[in-house]
Amino acid sequence: MIFELLGVPPQALFGQLLLGLINGAFYALLSLGLAVIFGLMNVINFTHGAQYMMGAFASWMLLQYAGIPYWGALVLAPIIIGATGVIIERLMISRLYHLDHLYGLLLTFGLALIIEGLFRQQYGSSGLPYANPIPGGTNLGFMFLPWYRGWVVVFSLVVCLATWFMIEKTKLGSYLRAATERPDLVQAFGINVPRMITLTYGFGVALAALAGVLAAPIYSVNPIMGANLIIVVFAVVVIGGMGSIMGAIITGFALGIIEGLTKVFYPEASNTVIFVIMAIVLMIRPQGLFGTPK
Amino acid sequence: MRLTLKLATAGAALLVSAGMAQAEYSDGTIKIGVLNDQSGTYADLSGQGSVWAARKAVEDFCKTTTCGKIEVVFADHQNKPDIGSNVARQWFDVDKVDVIVDVPTSSVALAVNTIAKDKNKVFLNSGAATSDLTGKACSPNTVHWTYDTWALANGTGNAIVKTGGDSWFFLTADYAFGHALERDTEAVVVKSGGKVVGKVRHPFPAQDFSSFLLQAQASKAKIIGLANAGADTTNAIKQAAEFGIVQGGQNLAGLLVFITDVHALGLKTAQGLIFTEAWYWDQNDANRAFAKEFGAANKGNMPTMVQAGVYSAVTHYLKAVHEMKSDADGAAVVAKMKSMPTEDKLFGKGSIRKDGRKIHDMYLFEVKKPEESKGAWDYYKQRAVIPAAEAFRPEAEGDCPLVK
Repeated sequence: MIFELLGVPPQALFGQLLLGLINGAFYALLSLGLAVIFGLMNVINFTHGAQYMMGAFASWMLLQYAGIPYWGALVLAPIIIGATGVIIERLMISRLYHLDHLYGLLLTFGLALIIEGLFRQQYGSSGLPYANPIPGGTNLGFMFLPWYRGWVVVFSLVVCLATWFMIEKTKLGSYLRAATERPDLVQAFGINVPRMITLTYGFGVALAALAGVLAAPIYSVNPIMGANLIIVVFAVVVIGGMGSIMGAIITGFALGIIEGLTKVFYPEASNTVIFVIMAIVLMIRPQGLFGTPK
Repeated sequence: MRLTLKLATAGAALLVSAGMAQAEYSDGTIKIGVLNDQSGTYADLSGQGSVWAARKAVEDFCKTTTCGKIEVVFADHQNKPDIGSNVARQWFDVDKVDVIVDVPTSSVALAVNTIAKDKNKVFLNSGAATSDLTGKACSPNTVHWTYDTWALANGTGNAIVKTGGDSWFFLTADYAFGHALERDTEAVVVKSGGKVVGKVRHPFPAQDFSSFLLQAQASKAKIIGLANAGADTTNAIKQAAEFGIVQGGQNLAGLLVFITDVHALGLKTAQGLIFTEAWYWDQNDANRAFAKEFGAANKGNMPTMVQAGVYSAVTHYLKAVHEMKSDADGAAVVAKMKSMPTEDKLFGKGSIRKDGRKIHDMYLFEVKKPEESKGAWDYYKQRAVIPAAEAFRPEAEGDCPLVK
């Protein structure tokens, strides 16, 4: 059979597919936030990885200093970090809208370095402990599935689809999309476009923070956790098509799976496979798999 | 105004006297360059803590000896060999640095090792692990101070195989260090009658280990050997707990674990881990006193063996240079260091072999259970002392050209 040809027993393959899907959930959630911010504001948000890290730190701080457990942090951390996003947008990013994308990219990249530096200064680089809120798991026959990973994949999927629905199918979403195309016209209809854009940024940041909270119990909570991830997530967004909401979600999950399979067949390449795919996609379809050519 | 003038005069006088005291040293100054990770995954275990330790060694040395001008500088190599090499060349060629210390990350250490030899300077390594530094890559200009992959493998591997852990699966960081640690551990396991049933090499640094852990689980090996370090090790241990690896009857062997890693994991997750280290802050009064001062200057953190090793290495270097009254010829300084027995308050008495290996006792530690810990940073129980004579790879087995 095909499994024997590949030299991997089918059970192991199913296990790796499922794990890939779980990692894909993180990619999807993070690339979704980036896609929302780029799609509706035309800002390439390089602070995203730092904001993901801030989400993880916020949940640690809520537990450490206020005794608020994971489930509270799941709600509070995205709100708090989203609010910091609103401040950053108002104070800094909003001044760059009339300039080229590159300026926003440089500003947010610089911000990410500063934020990571500050956290490292305060908390060191080796990380902080954060306990798993739902330990244990179930044996699926082909693998042991920790409850927490199951929760992550289901919850991320729900959040992703809800975001897609809100932007593509609701009246609020139609205002947002209209404001991207013709801000002057939407403003003339009496809608406060700058405020809407500010809140959009806050929402995108909150999604990054949410991913950070989800990551805290399984990954080391440290100041550089986002720096390692952000490049991969950017590749995901580019493959999916800059600004495409559904593209970001589908590509996130799909690349998680592809990366997972690479970890079985040729683990040494598992951190490059996504970039190889990105290069191929850019050559064949520069607008990305789900993007529309401009 | 008058005060400023006085200070300036005093300063000038000091400079003059300093200049006269050590006119023998190249450019009148001993310049110590601490090159390590200042911002990445190894910054807590080396980083500014190592800079502090080097400065402390200078300060303590100058309490009992008349010193000339000794300067400590530092730089971030970002765990990248190209960046580390550039800094090393710049330091040796332009900035008149006489000795480079610390340098964690084996790939960077091997690069600096070659440069120090080419330029005939001194390289005192505390942070890196690869036993190749005193094996096939050994150099008359290098001393490998604190630990190495062979010593870790020998201490931890032996102890685990003896207690029944005779089949191993390796999770290996895919670069010089991981490969060396895996190779040395595999040799110990096979020699003591165990076998290696599989291995997987993961990118460095990695975040998600679930896929690799699943492969390890499927291998049915009794022991999963973590041939990695820093955040890679803590992430792997954290996720192994999540996937019920230990409940499933398999055990983890952290082959290189620092106290900062245990701190990052928390005792609840780290308890029961067994590993080998060269130094622990709570072993004796001298260590505790050093750790207390270190903590006061470093946000309450306790020093790692790497940072303690920097202190010890710099101390011995200063002794040798002081006796020779010259720091100009790197190979001669290292030869002098090898000819003198080592002694300092943190590592006690020891020696340096012909191949550049510093010899001292190593210790097998076990991480305490949360209820056994009496306070912050009270993490280790000592399980065994590995005597200096047995702790490191025998000189003849290292293939070091200096020995033949």
